[in-house]
Amino acid sequence: MQSENLIDIHGLNSYYNDRQVLFDISFGIPMHQVTVIMGVSGCGKTTLFRHLTGLKKTLPGKIIIEGKDMGEFSEAQLMRYRRRIGVLFQSGALFNSMTLYENIALPLRVHTKLADETIRIMSIMKLNMVGLSEFWNYMPSQVSGGMKKRAGLARALAMEPQVLFVDEPSSGLDPITAAGLDRLILELRETMGMTVVVVTHELESAFKIADRMVVMDMGTIMAVGTPEQIQASEDGRVRQFLNREADPQDLSVDSYVKCLLDRRE
Amino acid sequence: MSNPIQTLGAFGLNKIYDAGRFGVFLLYTLRGIFRPPAKFWPVVKQIEFLGSKSILLVGFTAAFTGMVLALQGYYTLSQYGSEGYVGAGVGLSLVRELGPVLSALMVTGRAGSAIAAEIGIMRIEEQIDALECMAIDAYSYLVVPRFIASLIAMPLLVAYCDIVGILGGHLVGVTLLGVSSGAYWDGFFASVFWSDVHMGLTKSVCFSILIVWICTYKGFYAGVAEGHFGPEAVSRATTNAVVLSSISILISDYVITSVLLYS
Ligand SMILES: Nc1ncnc2c1ncn2[C@@H]1O[C@H](COP(=O)(O)OP(=O)(O)O)[C@@H](O)[C@H]1O
Ligand SMILES: [Mg+2]
Repeated sequence: MQSENLIDIHGLNSYYNDRQVLFDISFGIPMHQVTVIMGVSGCGKTTLFRHLTGLKKTLPGKIIIEGKDMGEFSEAQLMRYRRRIGVLFQSGALFNSMTLYENIALPLRVHTKLADETIRIMSIMKLNMVGLSEFWNYMPSQVSGGMKKRAGLARALAMEPQVLFVDEPSSGLDPITAAGLDRLILELRETMGMTVVVVTHELESAFKIADRMVVMDMGTIMAVGTPEQIQASEDGRVRQFLNREADPQDLSVDSYVKCLLDRRE
Repeated sequence: MSNPIQTLGAFGLNKIYDAGRFGVFLLYTLRGIFRPPAKFWPVVKQIEFLGSKSILLVGFTAAFTGMVLALQGYYTLSQYGSEGYVGAGVGLSLVRELGPVLSALMVTGRAGSAIAAEIGIMRIEEQIDALECMAIDAYSYLVVPRFIASLIAMPLLVAYCDIVGILGGHLVGVTLLGVSSGAYWDGFFASVFWSDVHMGLTKSVCFSILIVWICTYKGFYAGVAEGHFGPEAVSRATTNAVVLSSISILISDYVITSVLLYS
């Protein structure tokens, strides 16, 4: 399944003050596919995510979106780009002074001139999509972590984005809720041809949803390819990464416990 | 980091950078006034939070301040046989100084800390990032309504504080200590002029800008300099916001007074 790239990253470096956390990152994000960026926590996934969503400043020539250089975006261009993307943050990032419904209606209220009634219907539809329509009137503090994340997804989809960015969809969720989110992401790609970029450290979910995988380690790219290519990789470090988390059953009791502790971030 | 001169230089640069960011923050806020989303209802909500909910606290503070001023004034003035000037003393101190300063300090403690905490939590929970990613101007959405609300609410609160304080002074001076009511009001109207009211008003406007500017700024950048966004970042931001606001209120009070009295 070949298709052209929506976003191309060329030799991206990133720093916090003097400390470099991304080293010469290059890869492409194909259109209408699910790209999964994986790596252990602390390897720089969120930092990369912040560059892609324009939250962290990028130097010219490093990230090209549909032929346009993100490093040279004017503010208006950045705004236009952001109205085409939906972003789901690790914590859901719902506004805690508003109900779930108001959270989802907010972007519609600000960016469109739709009538209140239309906004209401559209927001409820989005809530319905993530299975939360009964909870429209709840405050974020009254619902579980998984529900917050689903509501965050509904909000990210409110403006019908062409690209969806998701940071750690399954972290902190029980396996069933996590699987539900994975299914939703796949549905979005299939029914709407959405381009999806997912950042995660959970291998199981990564292999379930990915069309294309990017494996990161300590701020560098270790491997890029289809899930089959990654699975078959001979590279020692990639194998180590895959084995560390993928097959805990094969480990001794001690290392299994250690692996569980590691997973808690 | 072993070289002390290098450390000092880095520290200095950091402070300059902070000051620049603080200034730019205000510019973005001013620009936010003219950007969507609509401000009317958010401003009303913030006036309720900043103003209405401070009424009890400010009134309480004002009443007791007026009462104690009358007590002190009477004690001092009666030694010179001029206890009739209690009204003048209470009025002038309140209208020029204590009304604006006390209201501002109370609003800082009650509302300023809450503003810093609320916005700080939005920072550490990535809600501000989420706003930006939705192409919503965070300044326009979060900071501007609070600015406008405090510009409206503070002068009203100060006027209310003055009135309650003067009535408190009347209660003690006239009812308890036996100064005649006529003398109290005569003293008051003979010494408090429009220029004094003007001074109080100027102060209340300046303080309201300072409070919201500092408190929203501290919340907005909670944890950003340190690079970790835990709850301790919010508590530090809140404490810093209150301390810094209070100090700037007192310093600017001195500056405004000296400018208005001697220019
Ligand atoms: N705001 C920040 N300031 C300084 N260092 C940071 C900041 N955010 C992340 N880092 C550091 O950058 C590295 C990569 O972090 P991050 O991108 O969050 O990794 P991941 O999302 O893969 O867990 C980590 O070592 C982290 O400590
Ligand atoms: Mg992360």
